[in-house]
Amino acid sequence: MAQLSDLKLAYQVFMKAFPYRRVDWRPGARLSKRLREACVAVVTTAAFFKPDQPPFDTSIRGGDYSYRVIPLVTDLSTLRIAHRSDAFDMCGIASDKNLALPLDRLKSLAEEGVIGSVAPRHFSFMGSIAAPGRLIANTAPEVARMLLEDAVDAVLLTPV
Amino acid sequence: MCHQSVGLIQSIIEKAGIPTASVTLLREITERVAPPRALFVDFPLGYPLGAPNDAALQTRIILSAFEMLAESVPPAIIRDFEVLPPQDLSGAD
Repeated sequence: MAQLSDLKLAYQVFMKAFPYRRVDWRPGARLSKRLREACVAVVTTAAFFKPDQPPFDTSIRGGDYSYRVIPLVTDLSTLRIAHRSDAFDMCGIASDKNLALPLDRLKSLAEEGVIGSVAPRHFSFMGSIAAPGRLIANTAPEVARMLLEDAVDAVLLTPV
Repeated sequence: MCHQSVGLIQSIIEKAGIPTASVTLLREITERVAPPRALFVDFPLGYPLGAPNDAALQTRIILSAFEMLAESVPPAIIRDFEVLPPQDLSGAD
């Protein structure tokens, strides 16, 4: 299980005292169609990137706020990981990318008719962003625009 | 920090008009970032959908998160994922 008290003391102290940011999302959106008709996308902070994409930059102060587009057709086993955090065990996502980016699971759900379809593009960030100003101002809104362009109806987000 | 990032990205996507649901491994952080809908899963950091190569568990977590999508917000919702499916609990004695 995961609780702050499970983490290394230095992380506990940092994370308890951290002035977390919020973004006002109200009034909130609602799924306007049935799940079996909905197009679904995933956004993860597992720092996955394709071999032909640059890795995340773990040296940027405040965190790398960029993202990588992961097309649905990607072979998940080819994805690489460039996460700067040592607060979590990377073995799980290294052995099965679906643990954070469940494209194979979503494809099965679409084939079974549980969801309508899987979006053509999914998005990977590196989550260790202590200074999220440019994430909030630039890159997250860019991803939101691309999701709208792809007529995505619902988004699942996963941290690591 | 992953949980702050997810909550912020989620809030921005929701604000753009697309309903969102996230998984959280750290309820304490997600409560403070307060995104629209989060499913708390009691697994270690790095294991948001439970276990690698366990398609059934991953799918159950995904569907539990999707169940929240039809719910109206605000306020922000954090729900607990029931680790054992109901049929396992009934036969637990």
